[in-house]
Amino acid sequence: MNKVSKDNFTQEKYKYGFVTEIESEKIPKGLNEDVIKLISKKKNEPEWMLEWRLSAFKRLENMSVPKWAKAEIDEIDFQDLYYYSSPKDFKEKPKSLDEVDPKLLETYEKLGIPLKEQKVLAGVAVDAVFDSVSVATTFKEKLNEIGVIFCPISEAIQKHPELVKKYIGSVIPVTDHFYATLNSAVFSDGSFVYIPKGVKCPMELSTYFRINASETGQFERTLIIADEGSYVSYLEGCTAPMRDENQLHAANVELVALDDAEIKYSTVQNWYPGDENGKGGIYNFVTKRGLCKGKNSKISWTQIETGSAITWKYPSCILRGDNSTGEFYSVAITNNYQQADTGTKMIHLGKNTKSRIISKGISAGKSSNTYRGLVSFHKKAKNAKNFTQCDSLLVGSECKANTIPLTENSSNSSSIEHEATTSKISDEQLFYCMQRGLDAEEAQSLIVNGFCKEVLQKLPMEFAVEAQKLVSISLEGSVG
Amino acid sequence: MLEIKNLNVTVEEKQILKNLNLNIGKGEVHAIMGPNGSGKSTIAHTLAGKPNYNVDSGEVNLNGEDLLSKDPYERSLNGLFLAFQYPIELPGVTNASYLKQIVNAHRKSRKETPIDAGEFLKILKEKSKLLDIPMDMHSRFVNAGFSGGEKKKNEVLQMDLLNPSLIIMDETDSGLDVDALKTTADAINKLRNDERSFIIITHYLRLLDYIEPDYVHVFQNGSVIETGDKTLASRIDQKGYS
Repeated sequence: MNKVSKDNFTQEKYKYGFVTEIESEKIPKGLNEDVIKLISKKKNEPEWMLEWRLSAFKRLENMSVPKWAKAEIDEIDFQDLYYYSSPKDFKEKPKSLDEVDPKLLETYEKLGIPLKEQKVLAGVAVDAVFDSVSVATTFKEKLNEIGVIFCPISEAIQKHPELVKKYIGSVIPVTDHFYATLNSAVFSDGSFVYIPKGVKCPMELSTYFRINASETGQFERTLIIADEGSYVSYLEGCTAPMRDENQLHAANVELVALDDAEIKYSTVQNWYPGDENGKGGIYNFVTKRGLCKGKNSKISWTQIETGSAITWKYPSCILRGDNSTGEFYSVAITNNYQQADTGTKMIHLGKNTKSRIISKGISAGKSSNTYRGLVSFHKKAKNAKNFTQCDSLLVGSECKANTIPLTENSSNSSSIEHEATTSKISDEQLFYCMQRGLDAEEAQSLIVNGFCKEVLQKLPMEFAVEAQKLVSISLEGSVG
Repeated sequence: MLEIKNLNVTVEEKQILKNLNLNIGKGEVHAIMGPNGSGKSTIAHTLAGKPNYNVDSGEVNLNGEDLLSKDPYERSLNGLFLAFQYPIELPGVTNASYLKQIVNAHRKSRKETPIDAGEFLKILKEKSKLLDIPMDMHSRFVNAGFSGGEKKKNEVLQMDLLNPSLIIMDETDSGLDVDALKTTADAINKLRNDERSFIIITHYLRLLDYIEPDYVHVFQNGSVIETGDKTLASRIDQKGYS
């Protein structure tokens, strides 16, 4: 029974695995001061930025790779990587889409991200990052009219240095940990968003990251600032070609919400996960942190993690402003030999701060899936509240699920509620659905989507349907 | 329409069905009665293709086609419906979207387009009313937290939506109070027609008071030991199985 044709699935499984045949310009392999100077020069950066990078590099020399994650990671030779790659002849970002290399437009078209504005999803502005450079940003003028800045961070460094200087590294200190520091030294591109006081950004802002070149690390840096009383919803998507070697992706994302501001940050992470034998795939070591700086501010992280050979990320909230709120909604799916160690930190500093964590981990194949979280109440965090729910779903019997929730409580008026469940898709459930006419894959997909429904509902509507499909595709071949 | 020939079935290394023979014609209603542990439910599960129900030998034909070589979902698409004794819960999946999905799976196999949302709602309202099912049950998760009666009614509703040609009911009467039993039986009686056949597996006579069978089979130790008409059921009810 369960005649599932596995061959078809592996063919279809990762449809973003193609390579764009475009000549790239790389700076020599290796990690040293010259490389950093060269990156800075390519980006036309002011002196202060280069100094900031170099000081990060100095600190890096005395740091080592963190080892605590529940993942088996092959040693990475940081001298054997390219730190910068851009499409050839890409001296300056094209002024309009007409000037963008048709091959690049075609690439994004194939990925389902049309950049031609007339074709773009209504109400979504896109910044497209290809290897180390931003190749196109849509709806820029329209956003400019209401004072919203949405541009590559390399451009923001030149045009809005006062904002960048003030906030870069203010949420993730340069010295935070090895990968965050590495990113600070060599970051190439990423998105910059500033929402002025009182403005509710009228469209979804979105960045689409694509790693194309081989042996290249992608180190993007994103900075989002929501000024007083403003609101923005931001979404990032990511894919990479199928390659046999592992590729490194180490991003830093910083969010700052001032008084009464709200940032909703959603991720659909679909980096190449490696093949069914665990060969290749992206190492996704990402640092994401939001600072609820002002009173009544709110930061909400929603993530759908389906890709990467190893995922290692903990989008966190520092709740400094009184009455501020942090949320983390996560679906992490691992199949074959994938490893995910993901979760969140909610650091309660202000009074009446609230946080909510809903994590859904789904493991299939021989994969390993860990939720790691920290909820911390500081002394001044009077009446702080947290609710945590961690659910794990196992598909098959060779996978692993772990839940590691930590709490630190120095405030005696606060409350933490924690719920955790581990369940297995039962043969009974599958048989029941199949008896009603669903094949094995459809039945599994129905059950898994039900399991993560609560989180999928948090995604912007335009992406919820896509995410549902992605959830099903990620588990294909794991039945029977 | 259904022919079972010399069927032998083993579950967990124990032989449960022994040389079972049964023929069911178009539009007929057959009741299978028997004591607990006699293998009644095994017939239902084997016909539906439940994993680990191993057919050692024998043949089953449904509408002239070999049934045993088909996957469970193919059997469903070919018109076999099993109403579960203990319907399974699907947390997070709303009943309405589940029902729509199974209806669409059947439409797809007939090469029809997916059902329009408005049309589906209309049909769902109509059929729910017949079973006294309140519409808000459909926004709850499939069978999760449903009462015994609600679960059984939900099975009959699916039966009605999928338009099967062979309906197997595994102890559908258990867990129903008298009112619910009557409503459910009325709905089932409305599904009876010249084309559709039923196998009603039950321990008690009471369902057969509402749904009159054409044949009653007494089942013991994995095979049919006696076949008769409705009067056989009454006799068993009075005298027991021995």
